[in-house]
Amino acid sequence: MEGTVDKKYTFKDFTSDQEVRWCPGCDDYVILRAMQKALPEMGVNKEDVVFISGIGCSSRFPYYIDSYGMHSIHGRAPAVASGVKLANPDLSVWVITGDGDAMAIGGNHFIHVLRRNIDLNIILFNNEIYGLTKGQFSPTSLVGQKTKSSPYGNTQQPFQPGELAIGAQARFFARIGGNTPKEMTKMFIDAEKFKGTSLIEVLQNCVIFNDGCFTKYTDKSVRLDMQLTVEHGKPMIFGKDRNKGLILNGLKLEVVTIGENGITQEDLLVHDAKEQDPTLHQMLARLQEPIVTGIIRAFEDVTLEEREDALTEEVKANSNFSKVDDLLFSGETYSVE
Amino acid sequence: MITTKTKQQPEALEAVVIRFVGDSGDGMQLTGTQFTDTSAMFGNDVATFPNYPSEIRAPQGSLYGVSGFQVHIGSIEISTPGDSVDLLVAMNPAGLKTNLAAVKPGHTIIVDTDAFTKKNLEKAQYDSNPLEDGSLENYRVIEVAMSSLTKETLKGVEGLDNKSITRSKNMFALGMVYWMYDRSTEHTISFFQKKFSSKPHIVEANTKVLNAGFYFAETLELIPNTYSISPAKMPKGTYRIVMGNTATAWGFLAAAEKSGLELFLGSYPITPATDILHELVKHKHFGVKAFQAEDEIAGISSSIGAAFAGDLAITTTSGPGLALKGEALGLAMMIELPLVVVNVQRGGPSTGLPTKTEQSDLLQAMYGRNGESPVIVVAASTPANCFDYAFLASKLALEHMTPVILLTDGYIANGSAPWKIKTVEDMPEISNHIIKEATESWHPYDRDEDSLARNWAIPGTPGLEHRVGGLEKDRVSGNVSYVPENHEYMTKIRSEKIKRVQNYIPELEPEFAKKGDLLVIGWGGTYGSLHSAVKEMNDAGYDKVGLAHFNYINPLPKNTEALIKSFKKVVVCELNSGQFANVLRMNFSGIEFLQHNKIQGLPFGSTELIEKFKQLVK
Repeated sequence: MEGTVDKKYTFKDFTSDQEVRWCPGCDDYVILRAMQKALPEMGVNKEDVVFISGIGCSSRFPYYIDSYGMHSIHGRAPAVASGVKLANPDLSVWVITGDGDAMAIGGNHFIHVLRRNIDLNIILFNNEIYGLTKGQFSPTSLVGQKTKSSPYGNTQQPFQPGELAIGAQARFFARIGGNTPKEMTKMFIDAEKFKGTSLIEVLQNCVIFNDGCFTKYTDKSVRLDMQLTVEHGKPMIFGKDRNKGLILNGLKLEVVTIGENGITQEDLLVHDAKEQDPTLHQMLARLQEPIVTGIIRAFEDVTLEEREDALTEEVKANSNFSKVDDLLFSGETYSVE
Repeated sequence: MITTKTKQQPEALEAVVIRFVGDSGDGMQLTGTQFTDTSAMFGNDVATFPNYPSEIRAPQGSLYGVSGFQVHIGSIEISTPGDSVDLLVAMNPAGLKTNLAAVKPGHTIIVDTDAFTKKNLEKAQYDSNPLEDGSLENYRVIEVAMSSLTKETLKGVEGLDNKSITRSKNMFALGMVYWMYDRSTEHTISFFQKKFSSKPHIVEANTKVLNAGFYFAETLELIPNTYSISPAKMPKGTYRIVMGNTATAWGFLAAAEKSGLELFLGSYPITPATDILHELVKHKHFGVKAFQAEDEIAGISSSIGAAFAGDLAITTTSGPGLALKGEALGLAMMIELPLVVVNVQRGGPSTGLPTKTEQSDLLQAMYGRNGESPVIVVAASTPANCFDYAFLASKLALEHMTPVILLTDGYIANGSAPWKIKTVEDMPEISNHIIKEATESWHPYDRDEDSLARNWAIPGTPGLEHRVGGLEKDRVSGNVSYVPENHEYMTKIRSEKIKRVQNYIPELEPEFAKKGDLLVIGWGGTYGSLHSAVKEMNDAGYDKVGLAHFNYINPLPKNTEALIKSFKKVVVCELNSGQFANVLRMNFSGIEFLQHNKIQGLPFGSTELIEKFKQLVK
């Protein structure tokens, strides 16, 4: 059970005997390794860890982690995982999904699991493409993007996962580049410690079908200028020279430079991930230049399991039924002599 | 409480069929249920048939908005709600028009004359008032101004609005029928007291109207005689009236307690299955986890998750929902987890006839998945034995590590009947394949030698960490395998596992005759109709007509072929165009399976069956 860990684990304990079969150079390897490093640090027993995935490249993930796992069907992992967690709330349950799995075929389950706030952790591998079916546009592909199913350019407006998730009442939303393993490991641990549904969007490069889709944000040469990594309680500051930041101008976020137009660090917004009102979190999730990474939202709220548990205890305390026979013989019965 | 004061001795009848009809919203279901419960407590055998539109409150007075409740009570064995009606209570012209054909000529119709207004007659598409134009002269019509009498009765009762006054006229009708059939009003009054304990004025109003109806009938010279139906001879014991859906829910509760597992239900509302969800959500005191999901797919998917985590997991639905669950059911079959899927069948295809009954999902249950994906299919056949088959479906799922589809239908799910209560101790033991400790040679797909059921290693158990999934798996380790021979082996073993369930289910005992001229074959919810028709044939001297009614559909009982071959002719009767007949043809070649089918959203009537059987044995 969580909190009563009796063994010290290393990443090897969470490495299964299965050969990893992603394409060479895929960010999925980075995510897997970050997870295998994070799991021993979570204070969770290995036998209590469950990975549930849907269908897609990312969804092979559970096979490679030596814990309990299920490679389920397309889009349904959040529903399967909800059943696992409700059946046994002591488990640490992880959902592995991709942009198509979570937001196209599984869109309904994705929004509802967030709304309910079951204590699950969802890792969304966003590569803005369908990889396993060899290169069709996904719900996060950009307008104009040429893919096998949009040879003249994609005409469908994409979702922003964070915007959709926060709109669906996600209490925890974080984003991270697929090439920052250390930060990713820490983020996975933070997600596990958060009580409620945690969603992490990983900007995951698909080397085969959408290579470089996030380069403009994640490449080492531009990362500091194109990513604002937020931290709770810290000013929203970024840039190679740590001289850029965000302020609120009316109802819009604005990028400013410290030292210009009389702006000082004190003028910058200070990140409050724990704020219940999602307005600013939504704006951060939508921002394009820079893109915002880190834990954007972490509002602690009552979970579904907690509500269910409390209700069950209350019903039990007020019930005359202790076994099923009590029910069967209750109410209007009559005897035939 | 009042009891009958009639001086005249009531005429004794063996059985009677009564139908209450009115607008949906007139309280016909409640009226019928009350009459049923009162009669059952009196000791009669009973069977009911609620028949209502899918509109919640259809336009008042319309023909399609008529809601009806038929009840058959007797001092003899009653196995159907009856074909034709001895007493029709019609609360409006539309009810009269749509139900007149069911009334036996010479028998009684009670009408609320207040409802026979010009407007209502028009809505019911009557050119002239049937109460005046002589069209009812073959019936004994009792005309009562029920609405005005109800209003009159309730003058001076405080706290009632017009709507509540109008709505209690059904109790006036019920009061009259209680008097006619020599029943006490006691049960219904105590029902009011419990149901409306916080609203004493409602209790008072309903009691007053019920009594008023009763006394009105007593003093009315239009009803010359009353009838009595003595208690039926039934096995000793404690009974209650159950609806099929309630019995299904309780069967699962019993199975959870017996197996020592927690019950998880993942479900999405759908007619006519929703009452199972309604019932199970009440039972948090037994630790039931009932999860109303966002859709049918999430209903079954969450159940698969719960099964993986060690619960007795079930999901409940009707035909369209089973179609949506197909892919997930294939996953449950592939990863060989215990799961019960209840399909309360309704008229199909597509949205079909949601509130009507049919048996047209049999082939969907058998084959409605991609690939070769056999599952156990069982069918309950009476409202009461829904309890047994929900329990047994759970037992089979757990003992054979497989999904089980339990088929019921709108007719038995909403119908009610007396149930001699079984205790959890009366039910058979349930074992499972949970392993608690890892041995060195442990593998997720190790199988029991006899049943071929695989291990159930539950998250939280140290040393048994493993992965399952929808991809083909290696026969031992459960790891992904694309090896051609392995796929063939696994396909065959999944099929063999289901076939071997034959060794664990009972042989089928035919009723009335073990060999002879004609074997009537049925399955599922048609049992009552077929049983009563074949019984009537035998009573009339046709003693070489037998009945084989199937509860186990996949696999079939071991003795099926031998049983069928003991008869010269075989007729398969189904509420579809011949699905079970085709399953039998696939299994047993060289046998001619005759068919009798009905696809009208209605159950079989005894008369039509007897006519057919007589032709066949001529």
